[in-house]
Amino acid sequence: MNIDYSILIGGAAGLGSRRAGLLIAKLFSNLGYHVFIYDDYQSLIRGGHSFSNIRISVSKKSSSCSQIDFLIALDKRTWNEHQSKLKKEGTLIYNSDQFKVSGSQAIGVPAQTIVQDLKGRKIMENIALVASFAKILGIEWKVLKELLTKEFVKSRDINLEIAEKSFKQNKSLVNIKRVKGEKCFPLTGNEAIAQGAVKAGLGLYFAYPMTPATGILHYLAGHAKDSKIKTIQLENELAVINAALGSAYAGVPSMVGTSGGGFALMTESLSLACQAEIPIVIVNSQRAAPASGVPTYTAQGDLSFCLTAGHGDIVKFLVAPGDAEESCYWAGKLLSLSWEYQTPSILLVDKQISESTFSFDKKILEKIEPIKYLKGDTRSKYMRYQDTKNGISPLCFPGKKGAIVKATSYEHDEDGITIEDEISAQKMQDKRLRKYKEMEKAVEKMQAVNVYGNKKSSRAILVWGSTKGPAKEAAEDLNVKMIQPLVLQPFPEKQIKEALRGVSNLILAENNALGQLGPVLASHGIKVDAKILKYNSRPFMAEEIKKALNKIWENEKK
Amino acid sequence: MKKSDLKLDTNCVKTWCPGCGNFGILMAFKEAVASLIAKGTLKENIVIVSGIGCASKIVDYLNLNSFCSLHGRPIVTAEGIKIANDKLKVIVLDGDGGTYNEGISHLIHAAKRNIDITVLVHDNRCFALTTGQFTSTSPKGFMGKSTPSGSQEEPFNPLKLVMASNATFVARGYSAKIMHLKSLILAGIQHKGFSLVNILQPCVSFFNTSELYNEKVYEIPNGNLDSEKHALKKINEWQYKKEDSRIPIGIFYKINKPIYK
Repeated sequence: MNIDYSILIGGAAGLGSRRAGLLIAKLFSNLGYHVFIYDDYQSLIRGGHSFSNIRISVSKKSSSCSQIDFLIALDKRTWNEHQSKLKKEGTLIYNSDQFKVSGSQAIGVPAQTIVQDLKGRKIMENIALVASFAKILGIEWKVLKELLTKEFVKSRDINLEIAEKSFKQNKSLVNIKRVKGEKCFPLTGNEAIAQGAVKAGLGLYFAYPMTPATGILHYLAGHAKDSKIKTIQLENELAVINAALGSAYAGVPSMVGTSGGGFALMTESLSLACQAEIPIVIVNSQRAAPASGVPTYTAQGDLSFCLTAGHGDIVKFLVAPGDAEESCYWAGKLLSLSWEYQTPSILLVDKQISESTFSFDKKILEKIEPIKYLKGDTRSKYMRYQDTKNGISPLCFPGKKGAIVKATSYEHDEDGITIEDEISAQKMQDKRLRKYKEMEKAVEKMQAVNVYGNKKSSRAILVWGSTKGPAKEAAEDLNVKMIQPLVLQPFPEKQIKEALRGVSNLILAENNALGQLGPVLASHGIKVDAKILKYNSRPFMAEEIKKALNKIWENEKK
Repeated sequence: MKKSDLKLDTNCVKTWCPGCGNFGILMAFKEAVASLIAKGTLKENIVIVSGIGCASKIVDYLNLNSFCSLHGRPIVTAEGIKIANDKLKVIVLDGDGGTYNEGISHLIHAAKRNIDITVLVHDNRCFALTTGQFTSTSPKGFMGKSTPSGSQEEPFNPLKLVMASNATFVARGYSAKIMHLKSLILAGIQHKGFSLVNILQPCVSFFNTSELYNEKVYEIPNGNLDSEKHALKKINEWQYKKEDSRIPIGIFYKINKPIYK
């Protein structure tokens, strides 16, 4: 049975649709299926309309479908908004105490009555609907019970009573079987980033709350005891980045996280990190901009900005992972690279990665190595900016006996003392540029570009970041090649050109209005034949990319 | 203590104007550091943090661990250093422009946190390195290149501001009273929690206040240090204006409170 279901659960904010969606995903994950959740919510606390689109599949998918197999409506608005997307053979499971829908497709659950009878709270109506849904899909009670027992600590008994009552009131329409899948579990991109950084040796995380990066702050603060890292919220993004540079100067691997607006505030200090040669990882989780934009929705609009961020000639890494596993790996890898080359790194993700839930394979964590860096000593006079062949100076930290460690935002001599003469100024810029040469070589040695789909196809789609999920699916379905550069600076020109070998028709797809990777590709002599751009603050779906590709290629024939 | 520990000078040529108040602050600071080291603080555990401006050049002249940060950011950089390694004595040396203009949010929040760092403000009451503009502590009517008819803004009293932000050590010194200033700096560094020493410093080029300070400045005795009321009374004696009041210097306030960890 090749199951590929799309389940949409929605309701007003405060009705618990997100939690219910996550429970459904966990239920299927426990049965061996892959899951992907797209969470759609507005910038409000109560009311409005939120929904989770949960994809359940045997093979791994990292994007959503517009057509729904099961629609679970906690309120009438969910039915109104999404009924047009319910497949003909699809099923509606709804709160029949709120509204009535006729027809054989609709299964009403008296969620309010069940919850009130058992003296539960309003939010528990979501459990009544989840339990009915589980029964309709033929999932055994003991599987659901086991999950709910694990998930609920405080109000476990009442939730179990509600679930059991609702479960027993329904009949099974299908019979979902356990499948033998890889051992994965649902994890958001933000949680994956946090885990990857911790694995590499993160010591301090500084942040100021900003959607959609706030999840990293919450996760790390919530796991401070077991991960032994400190999480600190400060007064603004300027404080965040500069405190992190202070802590890294003092020897503690540090990371900060924000979204475009906060990142914009940090850019002066990005330049400082480059000049003072201080390792730092900045996570920029994009949301739809300009300015405050559409704060709880997604976009890939910060690429051009990240490529050029920081005043002066900047030496930095920029990496855009495409899913939770890649985000986990690269959060750790970038921390290591930042320390190895003593320079800033940007991990560029977006709302679609940060807040979506992916089937996460823990094995990726084993590939993350702890931070290594060139250690300094005091056998001869320690110089923080010692001019070396590859531009990398040995590192000592304050507190080291016999070493005076001087970091500075000014151009400086090897000791770290301000200079203004032209010979020293050029010498130090050259030192940092030699480092960049080393960084370029290092990037070409790692897997900086992924290729999926039909690797022999002369037709290819090129994407970066979260567009990977839908583009990979589209390319596989259409039997064409899909190319995904992960490292965007230093640009892996050799690997991209290798991936493009045999490609005569190249389509670029990006979740922004200008096709921001286009000029980067052009600067490396790569011509794009057409662009597929989506910029309505919502992520791509595979079917949209497929449709657009087919249209482009059909026009070509004419 | 080794002899080399007392070598606090670097070979960097000092580029302050002849007669600059910063020389007095440098002397007082070196005295305070020598005294700290003599009392057992390891030199390697001292970190000084500066920003941009004449005051911040001081890190180049001192053979100590240092971080010359961006304009306005030294306080929060210092907080990051302290959070990373609690053993370090972290001291910020920055001007009034950096502390009270560009980086004021960090001053307020560092005081609120009561993080164990010391902030020494070289307060010459003008932007000097940018050739003389008004700052938060310049008097109303300050004639600078950006305010040729005199600035419209009343200054604020930075000591009142940090009192309102829950600072646990508040003092004011004068760059010409070197040994008095040394004692304030030392007391600030030894204070467990956030300490601010606002240092009145004449700018010989753009705002020469030497005569005023020599006439009006007087030392207050150390007493009643835990009384907020008493502290505010002394702090309010002079509001950084032009008027003819006396200017108290010394420690105004010192209390113990839990430290930010």
